[in-house]
Amino acid sequence: MAKATQPIMIDGVPLKEQLARAERRKKYIALGMVLPLLLFIIITFAIPILSMLFRSVDNPRMVTIVPNLVAALDDWDAVDLPSEQVFEIAFHDLTAAKKAGHLGKVSTHLNYSLSGGRSLILKTKRKFKKIKSGPYREAMIKSDKRWGDVHTWAVIKKVSVPYTARFFLNAVDRDYDDTGNVIQKPEEYRIYVTLFLRTLWISLGVTLMTLLIGYPIAYLISTTPPKISNLLIIMVLLPFWTSLLVRTTSWIVLLQTQGVLNDIMVWLGIISEQERIQMIFNLRGTLIAMTQILLPFMVLPMYSVMKTIPLYELRASQSLGANPFITFFRIFWPRSIPGIGAGGLLVFVLSVGYYITPALVGGSKGQMISNQIAFHMKSSLNWGLAAAMGTILLVAVLILYWLYDKVVGIDKMKLG
Amino acid sequence: MSVPAYTGPLGRTWHYVFLGICCVVFFFLMAPIMVIVPLSFNIEPYFTFSEGMLRLDPDAFSFRWYKDVLGMCTQKATEAADAFVTSTKVQECGSGSNRGYEWAFAARNSILIAIFATLVAASLGTLAAVGLSRTHMPFRKPIMALLISPLIVPIIITAAGMFFFYSKVGLAYSHLGVVLAHAAIGTPYVVITVTATLVGFDETLIRASGSLGAKPLRTFFKVIMPLITPGVVSGALFAFITSFDEVVLIYFIADAGQKTIPIQMWSGLRQQISPSILAVATMLVAFSIVLLIAIELLRRRSERLRTSLPS
Repeated sequence: MAKATQPIMIDGVPLKEQLARAERRKKYIALGMVLPLLLFIIITFAIPILSMLFRSVDNPRMVTIVPNLVAALDDWDAVDLPSEQVFEIAFHDLTAAKKAGHLGKVSTHLNYSLSGGRSLILKTKRKFKKIKSGPYREAMIKSDKRWGDVHTWAVIKKVSVPYTARFFLNAVDRDYDDTGNVIQKPEEYRIYVTLFLRTLWISLGVTLMTLLIGYPIAYLISTTPPKISNLLIIMVLLPFWTSLLVRTTSWIVLLQTQGVLNDIMVWLGIISEQERIQMIFNLRGTLIAMTQILLPFMVLPMYSVMKTIPLYELRASQSLGANPFITFFRIFWPRSIPGIGAGGLLVFVLSVGYYITPALVGGSKGQMISNQIAFHMKSSLNWGLAAAMGTILLVAVLILYWLYDKVVGIDKMKLG
Repeated sequence: MSVPAYTGPLGRTWHYVFLGICCVVFFFLMAPIMVIVPLSFNIEPYFTFSEGMLRLDPDAFSFRWYKDVLGMCTQKATEAADAFVTSTKVQECGSGSNRGYEWAFAARNSILIAIFATLVAASLGTLAAVGLSRTHMPFRKPIMALLISPLIVPIIITAAGMFFFYSKVGLAYSHLGVVLAHAAIGTPYVVITVTATLVGFDETLIRASGSLGAKPLRTFFKVIMPLITPGVVSGALFAFITSFDEVVLIYFIADAGQKTIPIQMWSGLRQQISPSILAVATMLVAFSIVLLIAIELLRRRSERLRTSLPS
């Protein structure tokens, strides 16, 4: 086909190019409108999260506080006791760290991997004063015989690498042994895998329960006339708008042993005064409270799908002789499945990372992974481990988020 | 929903069973919120209904916990509260600081932080949502995914990350840091609601405005804004309530100077819960009812606006 002559505009520029230019300008305008928020989110939200991801492998403490010792241990084979030279370097580095006031940090850091590590360092702090000159090896072993143990040095070498996968291994109940192989932790220290699994089970349980009790009311709301359904929706939305802390408080008031529900049961004579049931501060408390709190997130997406199912089809099915059950399972149920997917994924994603409710009503058996992360952030100050656990949780959530996008589409997310 | 005339006896029975199930579920949904309202008027420092309350005896009810929270407590009430809540630090009324003062301080912080966070979230979010709804927007999906992500990422992870980063750049333990953090987790709501109002937005209106001689900025404020206002306001209300109800971020990146109502409740709940918390909770419930009504009215207005547009 012969090439058509391109239309030229008055200013001599071909029309095609002018159109492309206009398109480009519009693109830049649209991008320019999004840019402020994009930058804002990247700076205030994305970079902080990336910095947490980095923390999960970053291990700078020993390298910055006792750099010479770390370098010396790098060449050590971890089989025989280190040479006098290494001991001398260790002595000087630790003394320098003591003067700089960083010895506490070293002891805490060592204590995560070596039980008694803190006391070893702190004892050394006192005894080092007496050591005036070499040979340092003998003097240090005399001050504490653990310095004569290859294991002690192996642990120091192990915790000194600048980047480590140790926090991730710890987060799944594993660790390096002295020679660098990955081993399972002793049975009494294995807690995190159980916790991850428990988090998974709680989330699945909450998702199933919200589905089970949310489906009927979503069905009811979508099949009643607007006058009643508007009121019912408000009843679903009110808990959604009420402060999370208020709802959790209410559950404490209702379920505790001296609480309203136990009082009612005693008053009705179902249980006696002595048999008050412990319904909260355990796994049951977490499950009940989370189910009620997350129920609106299940009902609203299901409702928005169900209201698109035409009711006359249900009537047509019945008038053709199908009984209500067949009508429901053949006509209504298949069309409501996208709503179940949307609500189920949303509830699951939200419950996997739940923190406040388990912390307040979970007792010790109803804690989830988020609570353990908070514990390591706020109390044990093992930030590397907290970051590693957070990274694992984040990856899980992002996979679910991706799935949600595939199934529902994030731009279809609706509120109320 | 009424039973159609052609339903058999089995279907009829099932229908009533079904309604019964729904009632139980709605009860499960509402009861926990409603139960604290009467209990907050309990004259006794317990969390159960006393016999007097069940008899509706006016002497069994009182405003003492409200007075306590609002800093109007009488000496007697405070003493009684002291006797009950021995483990928590309660100072007598009249002395420099009392519980009323603490709650007032927390309320002031809550409202200020929420207002500023909402302003940031609503302005940036609205602009971005308008941009995202343009047909010319490149990389629409990945950008949208990133902008919505603060809603999905577990709050504890956000809190941990912000704690590391904000303390490094000196934003931790400041009002500014909290406002930025709250704005970040509030923006997804604004983006979602405004994008939803822009679905079906008639782009010819923009061209019409332009052809009539309006500059883009004028078009934005005179044509686009009036149409999306309901979405902006409801998104802003979502952002406001998110900030107003937020505990974990403040717990991680702030200290006593930024104490808010939820933090005050949180620390109360983790120690021994005082009945004053129920009074605060009831006030918060009333507050959320007001917000809910506002949202509902806005939604209806927005629906009217959309349906009144010629298709």
